Amino acid sequence: MSKANMSISVHYVTRVEGHGNIYVNVKDGTVTKCEWNVSEAPRFFESMVVGRKWSELHHITSRICGICSIGHTLTSLKATESAMGIAISKQDLKLRKLALHAENMQSHVLHAGYLVLPDLMGAGSVIPLASSNPSEVKTVIRLHRLANEMSDMICGRTTHPQRLIPGGFSKIPTEKELANLKKRLQDSIPDVQAVANLFRQLVHKFPDFERETEFIALTAPDEYALYDGALGSTDTKGAPISEYLSYTNEYIVPISTAKRAKHVRDSYMVGALARLNVNYDRLSPLAKEVAEMFKLRPVCHNPYMNSVAQLVEVAHGIEDSIKLINELEADGLTKQADYHRPKIEPKAGRGISATEVPRGLLIHDYSYNDNGVCTKANCVIPTNQNHGNIEQDMKAILPKIIKKPKKEIELTLEMLVRAYDPCISCSAHYLNVHFV
Amino acid sequence: MKPKVAFFDFAGCEGDQLQVANLEEELLDLLGQIEVVSFREVMKEHSSEYDIAFVEGSCTRLADEDRLKEIRKNAKVVVALGSCATIGGINSLKNSKDPDEVRFTVYGDKAKWFDTYAARPIDAVIPVDVYVHGCPINREEFLHVVKSLLLGKKPDIPNYPVCVECKKNENVCAFERGEFCVGPVTRAGCDSCCVNEGTICWGCRGLVDNPNENSQKEVLLKYGLTVDETINKFRLYFGWQERRK
Repeated sequence: MSKANMSISVHYVTRVEGHGNIYVNVKDGTVTKCEWNVSEAPRFFESMVVGRKWSELHHITSRICGICSIGHTLTSLKATESAMGIAISKQDLKLRKLALHAENMQSHVLHAGYLVLPDLMGAGSVIPLASSNPSEVKTVIRLHRLANEMSDMICGRTTHPQRLIPGGFSKIPTEKELANLKKRLQDSIPDVQAVANLFRQLVHKFPDFERETEFIALTAPDEYALYDGALGSTDTKGAPISEYLSYTNEYIVPISTAKRAKHVRDSYMVGALARLNVNYDRLSPLAKEVAEMFKLRPVCHNPYMNSVAQLVEVAHGIEDSIKLINELEADGLTKQADYHRPKIEPKAGRGISATEVPRGLLIHDYSYNDNGVCTKANCVIPTNQNHGNIEQDMKAILPKIIKKPKKEIELTLEMLVRAYDPCISCSAHYLNVHFV
Repeated sequence: MKPKVAFFDFAGCEGDQLQVANLEEELLDLLGQIEVVSFREVMKEHSSEYDIAFVEGSCTRLADEDRLKEIRKNAKVVVALGSCATIGGINSLKNSKDPDEVRFTVYGDKAKWFDTYAARPIDAVIPVDVYVHGCPINREEFLHVVKSLLLGKKPDIPNYPVCVECKKNENVCAFERGEFCVGPVTRAGCDSCCVNEGTICWGCRGLVDNPNENSQKEVLLKYGLTVDETINKFRLYFGWQERRK
């Protein structure tokens, strides 16, 4: 069969969050079109929050994403707290870090175990794997459940958490609950190792593909930056978060409902692989052990390895959570009254905050008036920052696989999109393109 | 034969479908009773032959109406999943604003490229048989609904306010704590989960069918709250429901 002309159109890529399409045209053996576009419906959050009070913004922006609602809530709270000069206690900071670990682990296990694993095992979804490989699937479920129950315990709910409020927590877990959580985290380490071993046996099924790009992630001197940090990059020196606009440079393309971003190259990547590339030295020992099983070292330029980097971060999350609980126990948990509501005097100001959420760097930037009513908001979403890089990767990998059967090309491209773990609802939190 | 089930999503955060995944081991039991034929978020396969369609998200543009109508045509039972689908949800916050201004705020001079209309629940476009309320949905209630449908029964969804459950849970009333809560007019079924966690009821399950307006007025008078404050609070989730009245 001649491969001179070919057209690929994957409408609504499956096993990703949200609606995105791949379009490829090949004419006389050359690629004439290669597009990654997002057709998710509009949300308009930045407009919706204008006119709302400081005490509601985290509740509203949490709804940008069901998968990373804890991340959005935390980033929102940090922006509000920064705008009004509100400090939180050391204990609350540690509890918030636990909340972020819980969500990162939940999201990573969901992605690697439920969404990527089927590609590596030749299945259309995790559903048939439940009967063909019950013990592997049950291990994945156990880890997923642990991460979710951890969110429940710290935040009061896994999705759209309630306990996280400006200035701290409305309710905190008990010492007994934390001790129980620590035990369960310790007991889960063999499960993490089992999932890593399973991926180790299948990792050769990821395409051996590399394309040099820039990786951007938060970075901090004394920890693997997740809750806070400065902007770090594999290409440049880095910058304080207040200069984020000079890094993200968002722009709009007519083919896509989501904005895109670029820094020193045509595109850059954020997410687990970017964090690992920027902050490898500060991973926990178990996390480094998992990375070494795959010879995953910085700087890795294979985007498919993002799923492996997520497993590395699951190991890091478990070890760091155990460490955080040990510290909380050593200090003794300071109790607070039921229905706790920190006293806050709203005031005018602008607050910019950044957090590393499952899919990468998330930024919220709010301005408030004297009454604590929001006058302006900007949210930079991880997946938006990745859209440009996804398309650049597609353009680079296509010529290498163009001689393969069409089905295989489609699968390779879909797997590429999936590797980024895109959260398309998030990324189209404001835009919609009219297709004619 | 197992009933064929499909999941679809429109404008929303997909947090409700996530609750289905969060059933963990119980999901495996459920999969023994139903055949999932379409669920883009978790599976590659797709079929247009299904008995029950679960739909998450609001309709926010004309272009999505055809997709909804197609789902209605294919399914015997349509279930609205979560606040965005049942009442318009947080998306309808933008409905109270000038649509041109909304678009300009977000993308300035590129406004002409983009299209949107007032966010609405799916029953504004197609008839809906069953509602699973909440933002996000409650996993237990989802299981209850699925079990009822499998038994051919209409699921029992509460039509009394959150206050009933909140009192049973012995919470200190939010108004007594100096907060504004919309529990008195919001449909129960969540076991007052947000108040239990130390906050307030935000109204995510929508208004009860016949909210007791006089009693709500008494509450407002007793605690010295203004009409503006009330409208503002109601707008968070009740934007579409209020408009339809």
